[in-house]
Amino acid sequence: MTLVDAARSQTEMTNQDSEVIIRVRDLVVGFGEKLVMNRLNLDVYRGEVLGFVGGSGQGKSVLTRAILGLVPIRAGSIEVFGQNRNALDPAHRRALEQRWGVLFQNGALFSGLTVKQNIQMPMREMRQISQKLMDELAMLKIELVGLSIDAADKFPSELSGGMVKRAALARALALDPELLFLDEPTSGLDPIGAAEFDELISTLQHSLGLTVFMVTHDLDSLYSICDRVAALADGKVIAQGPLKNLLESPHPWLKAYFHGVRGGRLTSTFGDYRNS
Amino acid sequence: MSAVSLQYPPEVSLAGVGRMSLSGDWTLAASRLLEINAQKIVEHGSRATSLIIDLQAVSHLDTAGAWVINRAQRELSQARISVVLERIRPEYEAMLREAAYRDFHPPPRHRSPLIFDLLVDLGASVVGAFHDFYRGVAFLGEFVSTLAYVAANPKHFRFTALVSHIESIGLRSAPIIILINILVGAIVAQQGIFQLERFGASSLAVDLIGILVLRELGVLLTSIMIAGRSGSAITAEIGSMKMREEIDALRVMGLSANEVLIAPRVLALVCALPILTFIADMSALLGGMVVAWGYGDISPVAFLSLLKAAIAFRTFAVGLIKAPFMALVIGLIAAMDGLATEGSAESLGRQVTSSVVKSIFMVIVLDGLFAMFFAAINY
Repeated sequence: MTLVDAARSQTEMTNQDSEVIIRVRDLVVGFGEKLVMNRLNLDVYRGEVLGFVGGSGQGKSVLTRAILGLVPIRAGSIEVFGQNRNALDPAHRRALEQRWGVLFQNGALFSGLTVKQNIQMPMREMRQISQKLMDELAMLKIELVGLSIDAADKFPSELSGGMVKRAALARALALDPELLFLDEPTSGLDPIGAAEFDELISTLQHSLGLTVFMVTHDLDSLYSICDRVAALADGKVIAQGPLKNLLESPHPWLKAYFHGVRGGRLTSTFGDYRNS
Repeated sequence: MSAVSLQYPPEVSLAGVGRMSLSGDWTLAASRLLEINAQKIVEHGSRATSLIIDLQAVSHLDTAGAWVINRAQRELSQARISVVLERIRPEYEAMLREAAYRDFHPPPRHRSPLIFDLLVDLGASVVGAFHDFYRGVAFLGEFVSTLAYVAANPKHFRFTALVSHIESIGLRSAPIIILINILVGAIVAQQGIFQLERFGASSLAVDLIGILVLRELGVLLTSIMIAGRSGSAITAEIGSMKMREEIDALRVMGLSANEVLIAPRVLALVCALPILTFIADMSALLGGMVVAWGYGDISPVAFLSLLKAAIAFRTFAVGLIKAPFMALVIGLIAAMDGLATEGSAESLGRQVTSSVVKSIFMVIVLDGLFAMFFAAINY
């Protein structure tokens, strides 16, 4: 048993009680000469909110896209719900893809469709249900994400940045996924909007029993809603665990990230909050 | 619980009067079964006076499932049948609460008779056409004033951009222009010879080719081709820049989109189109000559001497004079439609279509106006 295996079995033992939803092993992803992911390992457990941090250009989005199957991988394996997406036949792959929802960084709403039609799109394509139920479910989703009912018939270009994020979240939830990918959900929102969005994700995660994989730069989100945090640097996950552990980590990048000028301000308040 | 093979379809089983238990996956993955079973709850339930629904055997529940159960409950209670949900698993309680049935009142749709809508559309498009014309003239004025400004401050002129656009509009269109004009020249020659042979006047086909191609066809085909090829590209470029706020970025830097983006493109069109027209004329004559030789037994030497007798320099000039005006119309319509793009991908598509249709239409109208003008001055 190699050292890596030993470390791995240890992490698995400590988390024996919960099921692994995403299991990434020895992932290698590269573009041309450059390796973005170099033998990367990552686990995401059922029912948790995993915050994923890393410097700009380190490949956070690339990893997300690799898990989603949008980027070809060179080596290693990615299992989601215990299935290797790349090894599945098309029908099973589609079934797998319906179990996750994705919130893209800029929303990626279909600009030619209204908010309601955007939400109904996956339902219409993947399910056979009556228009009435589709309308009702779309309105329910719109209400769940905190949009007003009259936003339903608006086009994405008529929405503000925060509303686009909410509408995109509603679309990601259209098929009631078990796993939700969020790519920088709070970027571009004002602090109040960002805090509300964090709270929304947390509420939905609890009430719908979601597993959330969240790429973020927002330290506040990490403090407030993430159960565990994984950090990416040099193509590897350099640390994963509760935020507390990462804060104490001696790794220079993590130190700079959490205890730098901006991070430091927040971590100190976080520490105060913890101590009180 | 995948859609491929639903392991536990949702089911309703009756357990005596006024009691039923639900089992299986009450999720959206069940598609139609979900609604069918919800309907069953209502049907069976309406026979009793009160109903207890046992949810213990439900293996999965999502918002869609919770919604249809809540909806059924609501429908029954409206028929004065009390419904109690029993043995709900704790993790589904939150779900049932979140997806509690509520009436959504969509804003009332405004509906008017079809004939009204048709008349309104007709009126709007007539007004729109006038408005387009007005905007076009205003835009032309803006363009001319930009040119005047650039002429006064030649430093501001983007010469590199002009050359690169001439390359993409002119040089890269040359092959397709040559090809279609050779073909059209050949077809005109073949038809001319075939029809005129009956009168023993097949040599007049050369006059036909020379005058038709040089005066009208060369410039018209080239303009239509360029409107489709480059006009659409200009609209799409400027439109997507508008969508991504690049035009606004230029404006706040104190630069005008007219000067930076539109002037080089329109000027490139104005430079390129006469050259392309000349190329088109020559290709069409070549195509005609080859067919005349092969099909009509008119040797190239005879063809050229007949051609020389048939046309004057002004025949050639008439076609060429029109080219820059066609270019101006194509360029201005393309740029104007690009700037009118709104936020959505659909709007961009609409603008590109309208740009191509309008510029082809205007090219033909302009050609007609020129024909009247040249006839009036006897040129």
